Amino acid sequence: MAIWLTKDSKVIVQGMTGSEGMKHTRRMLAAGTTVVGGVNPRKAGTTVDFDGAELPVFASVADAMKETGADVTVIFVPPQFTKGAVVEAIDAEIPLAVVITEGVPVHDTASFWAYNVAKGAKTRIIGPNCPGIASPGASNAGIIPADITGTGRIGLVSKSGTLTYQMMYELRDIGFSTCVGIGGDPIIGTTHIDALAAFEADPETDAIVMIGEIGGDAEERAAEFIKANVTKPVVGYIAGFTAPPGKTMGHAGAIISGSAGTAEAKKEALEAVGVKVGKTPTETAKLMREIMSGR
Amino acid sequence: MDLYEYQGRDLFERHGLPVLAGGVATTPEEARAIAERLGGRVVVKAQVKVGGRGKAGGVKLAEGAEETVARATDILGMDIKGHTVHKVMITVTADVAEEYYFSYLLDRANRTFLCIASVAGGMDIEQVAAETPDKVVKAPIDAVEGVDEAKAREIVTAAGFPAEVADQVVEVAVGLWQAFVAEDATLVEVNPLAKTGEGKLLLLDAKVTLDENAGFRHPDHEALVDQAAVDPLEQAAKEKDLNYVKLDGEVGIIGNGAGLVMSTLDVVAYAGERHGGVKPANFLDIGGGASAEVMANGLEIVLSDPSVRSVFVNVFGGITACDAVANGIVQALALLEQRGEKATKPLVVRLDGNNAEAGRAILDGANNPLIQRVDTMDGAAERAAELAAAGV
Repeated sequence: MAIWLTKDSKVIVQGMTGSEGMKHTRRMLAAGTTVVGGVNPRKAGTTVDFDGAELPVFASVADAMKETGADVTVIFVPPQFTKGAVVEAIDAEIPLAVVITEGVPVHDTASFWAYNVAKGAKTRIIGPNCPGIASPGASNAGIIPADITGTGRIGLVSKSGTLTYQMMYELRDIGFSTCVGIGGDPIIGTTHIDALAAFEADPETDAIVMIGEIGGDAEERAAEFIKANVTKPVVGYIAGFTAPPGKTMGHAGAIISGSAGTAEAKKEALEAVGVKVGKTPTETAKLMREIMSGR
Repeated sequence: MDLYEYQGRDLFERHGLPVLAGGVATTPEEARAIAERLGGRVVVKAQVKVGGRGKAGGVKLAEGAEETVARATDILGMDIKGHTVHKVMITVTADVAEEYYFSYLLDRANRTFLCIASVAGGMDIEQVAAETPDKVVKAPIDAVEGVDEAKAREIVTAAGFPAEVADQVVEVAVGLWQAFVAEDATLVEVNPLAKTGEGKLLLLDAKVTLDENAGFRHPDHEALVDQAAVDPLEQAAKEKDLNYVKLDGEVGIIGNGAGLVMSTLDVVAYAGERHGGVKPANFLDIGGGASAEVMANGLEIVLSDPSVRSVFVNVFGGITACDAVANGIVQALALLEQRGEKATKPLVVRLDGNNAEAGRAILDGANNPLIQRVDTMDGAAERAAELAAAGV
């Protein structure tokens, strides 16, 4: 059954009539996703042809949900309009909103996140600046290439797009239940912890790969969560050991995180709770392979 | 983007916050003009994006124009922790009675904003927080509700600001929040927020970080970029919409996707440990597309770095097909030759994922002695490091 996205998911696309939205709607359909329509108030009532599949365009997310029973929206609108699109999805109380858009101002993300929380967090938001979520063989919401890997019992959660693909590829013979790209922005709607909790609860996932990168302390907090709540084996990878120190943060930044956000600190935190951390993506895949071969 | 103190001061002033009168100078003559305009005693402060400038001699008092010119002459060109001083800020002086701390910043962990306030300002706030945590108030700010007068008063009371400045701190707290939001900042830090002998509140320092993603609604922010401090290769890359960061090593890196490129830097650095300590020379993410033109632009930038001895092109074909990438590499080398910049450094190419076999066949078919194909990321990193160590 995978997590959050299954073969029964009905997907709409906000920004379907734009070039990126068009391109990826076609890819999602080819991957077997049940895409039921798009949203664009200026083109409401028209349809878009995708190699023979006529998809209706609705005026709003609420309309699209009412007409099609959609429960997932994938958002491709430009950064200037992303906040508005997400707020519309939250207002419609759609269960899952996948925000692909890159370059969203962090004040906008903070704002739609706070709005979602105030409205009772009825919408799970993945992203922004993420590749989306794929449950191989079942459904694909976003831009993750569908044919990299087959269905299996590994869960994958990652901050990075191409590293997600790389890991899916390395372990393609074993296969994945669900792969979630949570995005690398400072504020994101779904965290490593959310995905770890869902994979822990998912009977179709046996083990979890977690990919992190420098900045913030999400991986350190995930380590604490794993210690207390995760019984399934977890393998980790952190990118950015040799990356240059980014922009100098004010003192205030260091106070909250309690750590500099370095790759080394994240690796140590994960290893301290029994997570095996690979030095390279290939070594990480090998660690997971060893775990899965013992099953 | 981190701002210089003078840029932060100007930003605060534009938002009606109380700052000291002053100006910024790049030459002693400009410093003279500012000193003459301000009159009397001034403070000359080195503008560098690094702490500890006071101890390094980068902050001096001066009486009158002549002394200001002398101090500015001393400080301009000074090296502070590897940062050359190109600008000095000159302000009037303040009679400081008490020093407080106040900031707003992004709180990633809680997916919101945070206000940090303390009456024990002026010094290192991390130290204050570690030694006397009860003197530091951290208040989460709801991104939708923001900071109004009531919220500000709550913070001011919790932090224990003295009654005689409470109203002024409330006003600054609201004003600073408005500036924080209006400018799309991720940090505004004032340390010290000072009370003068007359009981007036002043923002005496400014540390501001702006969100570059919000540039589309702040065309004025572009002018805040310090062009002199931008690496020429980074500038050239930016003009071609390439995400490039110059590093200190010898192995040029080109890849698709920020995470994969970061990972590539790591893998090359590990391999370098076995090959004379060579390191990655740059970070370059060419993004998803990787057309011949983008590849040519990327190669041109990487190859124009004189410290590069070998190049590692690491592409995982996700949406992009590897045959398109391979064609891109071959055409890029031809394109560079046409531009009169024939490549002479070896290229180690690793293609994996979508259409990898076809891509590899194209590389082999090109028969270009500069191109070496290695099919695993770790193996290719090893080869690139080895070539860089052997090259001169």
